Amino acid sequence: MQEFLNNWIPNVMGKLPAFYEAIGDTLLMVAWSGVITFIIGLILGVLISVTGQGAILENRFVYQVLDKLISLFRSIPFIILLTWVMPLSRAIMGTAIYVRGAIVPLVFGAVPFFTRQVESALAEIDPGLIEAALSMGCGPIDIIFRVYLRESVAAIARGTTITAVSLLNLTAMAGVVGAGGLGDFAVRYGHDRNMVDVTNVTVVVLVIMVCVLEFVGSLVVKKNTHER
Amino acid sequence: MSPKNTWDFKVGGITVIELVHVSKDFGKGRQEVHAVKDVSLSIGKGEIFGIIGFSGAGKSTLVRCINLLERPTSGSVTVDGQQMMQLSAKGLRQARKRIGMIFQHFNLMPSRTVFGNVAYPLRGSGLKSREIADKVQGLLELVGIGDKAGVYPGQLSGGQKQRVAIARALANDPSVLLCDEATSALDPQTTKAILRLLKQLNEKLGITVVVITHEMAVVKEICNRVAVMEHGQVVEQGEVFSIFAAPEQTVTRNFIRTTSNLRKIDELIAADSPITALNPGEIIVRLSYIQKNVSEPLISTVSRKFHITMNIIYADIEIVQDAPVGGTVAIISGEQEQIESAMKYLREKNVCVEVIKSEYAGKE
Repeated sequence: MQEFLNNWIPNVMGKLPAFYEAIGDTLLMVAWSGVITFIIGLILGVLISVTGQGAILENRFVYQVLDKLISLFRSIPFIILLTWVMPLSRAIMGTAIYVRGAIVPLVFGAVPFFTRQVESALAEIDPGLIEAALSMGCGPIDIIFRVYLRESVAAIARGTTITAVSLLNLTAMAGVVGAGGLGDFAVRYGHDRNMVDVTNVTVVVLVIMVCVLEFVGSLVVKKNTHER
Repeated sequence: MSPKNTWDFKVGGITVIELVHVSKDFGKGRQEVHAVKDVSLSIGKGEIFGIIGFSGAGKSTLVRCINLLERPTSGSVTVDGQQMMQLSAKGLRQARKRIGMIFQHFNLMPSRTVFGNVAYPLRGSGLKSREIADKVQGLLELVGIGDKAGVYPGQLSGGQKQRVAIARALANDPSVLLCDEATSALDPQTTKAILRLLKQLNEKLGITVVVITHEMAVVKEICNRVAVMEHGQVVEQGEVFSIFAAPEQTVTRNFIRTTSNLRKIDELIAADSPITALNPGEIIVRLSYIQKNVSEPLISTVSRKFHITMNIIYADIEIVQDAPVGGTVAIISGEQEQIESAMKYLREKNVCVEVIKSEYAGKE
């Protein structure tokens, strides 16, 4: 087995510690920025949904500001965002480089995307459910937790999966700020030193990661779908 | 006559819902829509009150003005003695718990079981989970689906879903139940069953029921009184029987026509159907009952007394509020003078007589 691998992917086998570290860095970046993105995006997604026109906490100002901000950040390419938010990154994380330095730009890149995912998940909810809850004397907080969020678990899980996969993509660019990870590993060795096997193996690992994410996502979706 | 028929709001009833000059506008300027225009209604305790209108008449907006899901632009709304428009947000939430509401599309939470749906409004009611479980089970049994507690709404039929919605609406022991087109998505048989259930609940719990519908059959089936809406206004209201027997507005007549066969004769005559062919000296009349006390055997009395023959083409008589409403379409033959006197006699007995087609060279 060892022999077989040495023959087929000699460059990877020669850099196993660096390879493992790259996998670890990627997972670390996805996990941290993922959790933070999930929390912030969920809050913003709910906020933009409930302040929209005709919604339970209609507020033109809050809605417009959020809407424009999301559109603004959605339109900035991640590679530019990475360097643009460096000062903020330094202020929050104490550094603008390595894995720590990548978290802030990753969050900035993924939050607007995930907020839109949450917004569209909540928009799928039958307005009749909100009306029914109001008619039963429920307040806004009650409706947010017991109708909006509760009834959109499956749709939010779908959005979360998509966001997680796109976060995984973004981490590949984080090498620019020296954050390491699989993308950086593949570019540095696979491309720069023409070690094709490194690129190939990296791709396989990323495909496996995406598959795992999607498998978990669809499991959650399935558990929370009760129609027929 | 049973006490239900003699029910008269003005004499003995206690007002539960009072709308005074309620108007609701949507939009501004050119796009302004007056959905409800200056509607005043009093609905008494224990009454089943119908609000009927074609779609777009404003009836759904009007019913939402009762629990302030739509806040009226002007006017006042009183429910159970509370001025709804003056309540704080919290006070309004409390008041809404006392006003149950069911909807055309049921609006059940798909991610919750039947039990979860009915228990939904009980959170924060101060009941312990054991008490909630008992209460929910009791409600499910009351609406006839005691065995469905663990099922998700997606697995239920339309009628069963509406039963769940009714149980949910009753969870906080409301004094009023608002039904917004509650049977419009159901087939005729299920509609009947749901209406029967509403009537039972009305009798058993004394709950006041407001029924919004576009089907006269629904009104006929369960309502004591009805208001007819058109273009945002209530154009006619009164006891269901009198509305059926003597509708004043065109829109009301149109509604009644949808449930009665008596108007079919016009189509038959227009189509020159053989059953409307007359011999000289014969006429076709429509006799409709406009009072509750039609118990005399009018037709045989008339034929004997005036020596005329009455050939009934068809009759459509229904029982509304335990009294017959409807009438008969018949061909009368006999001496012209006798026919005239017979018609006069019938009119004296408060039967509405309309000559639809006559084949005698009429004097005057």
